[in-house]
Amino acid sequence: MKELLVISGKGGTGKTSITLSFAALAEKAIFADCDVDAADMALILKPQEQQREDFYSGSLAAIDPSLCMGCGKCYRLCRFDAIRAEEGEFSVDPLACEGCGVCYDNCPVKAITFEPRLCGDLYVSSTSRGTLVHARLGAGGENSGKLVSEVKQRTKALGEEQGCSLMITDGPPGIGCSVIASLTGADAVLIVTEPTVSGIHDMERVYELCKHFRIPAYVCVNKADLNVENAKKIRAFGEEKGVQWLGEIPYDPSVTKAMIQTMPVVSLEGSPAGEAILTIWEMLKNERTLFQ
Amino acid sequence: MKIAICVTENKGLDSPVDSRFGRTSGFLLCDTENEECVYLSNDQNLNAAQGAGIQAAQNVVHAGVQGVATGFCGPKAFQVLSAAGVQIFQDCKGSVREVLQSIREGKYTSSNVPNKTQGHW
Amino acid sequence: MKIAIASGKGGTGKTTVAANLALALERKGSVVLADCDVEEPNCNLFLQMEYSREEPGVLPSFSCDVSRCDGCGACARACRFNAIASLPDRPLFFLEMCHACGGCVLACPHQAIIESSRHNGVIRHASRGNLTFLSGLLDVGEAMATPLIRQMKKSIPPADMVLLDAPPGAACAMIEAVRDVDYVVLVSEPTPFGLHDLIIAMDAVEELKLPFGVVINWYGSGDDALEEYCLSRGVPIIAKIPYSRKIAEAYSRGELFYTLFPDLAEIVDHLGAYLRQGGWKA
Repeated sequence: MKELLVISGKGGTGKTSITLSFAALAEKAIFADCDVDAADMALILKPQEQQREDFYSGSLAAIDPSLCMGCGKCYRLCRFDAIRAEEGEFSVDPLACEGCGVCYDNCPVKAITFEPRLCGDLYVSSTSRGTLVHARLGAGGENSGKLVSEVKQRTKALGEEQGCSLMITDGPPGIGCSVIASLTGADAVLIVTEPTVSGIHDMERVYELCKHFRIPAYVCVNKADLNVENAKKIRAFGEEKGVQWLGEIPYDPSVTKAMIQTMPVVSLEGSPAGEAILTIWEMLKNERTLFQ
Repeated sequence: MKIAICVTENKGLDSPVDSRFGRTSGFLLCDTENEECVYLSNDQNLNAAQGAGIQAAQNVVHAGVQGVATGFCGPKAFQVLSAAGVQIFQDCKGSVREVLQSIREGKYTSSNVPNKTQGHW
Repeated sequence: MKIAIASGKGGTGKTTVAANLALALERKGSVVLADCDVEEPNCNLFLQMEYSREEPGVLPSFSCDVSRCDGCGACARACRFNAIASLPDRPLFFLEMCHACGGCVLACPHQAIIESSRHNGVIRHASRGNLTFLSGLLDVGEAMATPLIRQMKKSIPPADMVLLDAPPGAACAMIEAVRDVDYVVLVSEPTPFGLHDLIIAMDAVEELKLPFGVVINWYGSGDDALEEYCLSRGVPIIAKIPYSRKIAEAYSRGELFYTLFPDLAEIVDHLGAYLRQGGWKA
């Protein structure tokens, strides 16, 4: 089974819409939604939840006020401003607590508890196109990289079990821990960008990350007719860096229409964007990085 | 030689080899000559926020082994094991019994480079 | 007044709103705009200010003075991030895993752990008239944005209005940017993805107990569900920026609509006045 990861650098370029269309076109595929603090694939794929699991990662400190003697050592040692001191009462701010354990280890009267931290949920769902593994990151947003890793590992395991030939992963925006986690183990990356100065700037940075991880990269430009010059610049960038050019998708209001109708764009009749995405998919099907 | 073999469950010499290192279920610590085995659980790593490979490598080093056998070993775990002078046998499959036999016969050789892509978690 | 501009979904217009707002507010008083989207900062693509100085992004870094080490492993046991592997004669540090908590220094019975610093990015400074601008840029390959955002916030000088352009989403980097502001502006688009992700961001901001309002960008391009949701949840809609191709094209060229289209400038001026006066306190 091979894995295609779809990322963008910049948010809002249309990566999820395109991933959903790929899901509608792929045969024997399994899907991972790794945009864990904004997981949108489920809005269109209409999943039936089969399993839900608590996602625990790291720990959270808490001060027992009945044992605390107010010495303030935890306050002085905490490097994350996670200890609140209000009128001599000390407490841990759970949204700031990094789970490092320094307060717990160094409290002279052992007044601090350090318990496994519930960070969110992981879901395995069935859809008409195949299994979708997705997640919800809880408040505080901790350990998103680890949650992305769990989603991917679960998808890989299920995909192998089901005899899928392709895993399609919807990645998060940016270049930080969630994106790094989504890149690990991918066989090919499609960078979906837009012909704007922001789109180009962010694509260049996310490309550097792909290079760092030595994963073959492809690029396509969405809403390409918004700025023809910039679309050309992106193509030239791809040629210079060895990122394979897959083509352009025109700006098309039916992308939003399809979303509102909870359909993938390729399923909408007479959509120029849908036709362009289909062409890109046909090109990907010839790629040895993903298909034998 | 004393070696730690990653296993999916403890069934003595019939234990199936686990393809993972950092998040393996446990290790069978075996003597390649007399085949005596002791099981070391890797449970403590299950909740680790990150760096399971590093932690597992450290635990195995402290168990005093001279070698490790697994399917895939990531670069960080590899670094720890190498720094401690532990030999790493990768791409191992089958049962513990089979792996021990293969190592004795020289069918598996220790690696110089990790065969798993870099992960952080 | 400290204002964060955030969103759930990426690409809804945070940077557009932040940069245009900065232009509106600099006419009324001193403004600081801090681009806290350190993974992909875009504000200066539009403001095009010249940086006057660069501040290195630094993180604490740890190593061992082996002459004092007896291989006891206390440092590795203290590290919850598995950034230290204890070998029989010394520890091995994996700094890319390190969260810089200092626990290893405290745990070592021989004071063998030395703290120094390492580079994780850069913070650039610029100013022109009433507007001071900071932009953080995380080194490619660094996993954590949060420490750089924390450092940036400490570098923000006082001003009448401080604007923080937050990263997208609702994970720890966004939380760090937004945590201690007076008000959060949530920018969204009137589409199903926009609404879904906005709700996640709203829940996060509510958890932080901060007042917030919504700016609907690309108003008219989707459906009414977002607006209806805000009304039903009692969340004020503090501005509506209409969708238009001319704005999208200007944006693609790196131009700010505040200077190009007077009808849009008026919308931003109203938003600026609401924020300056603390309109939500009424």
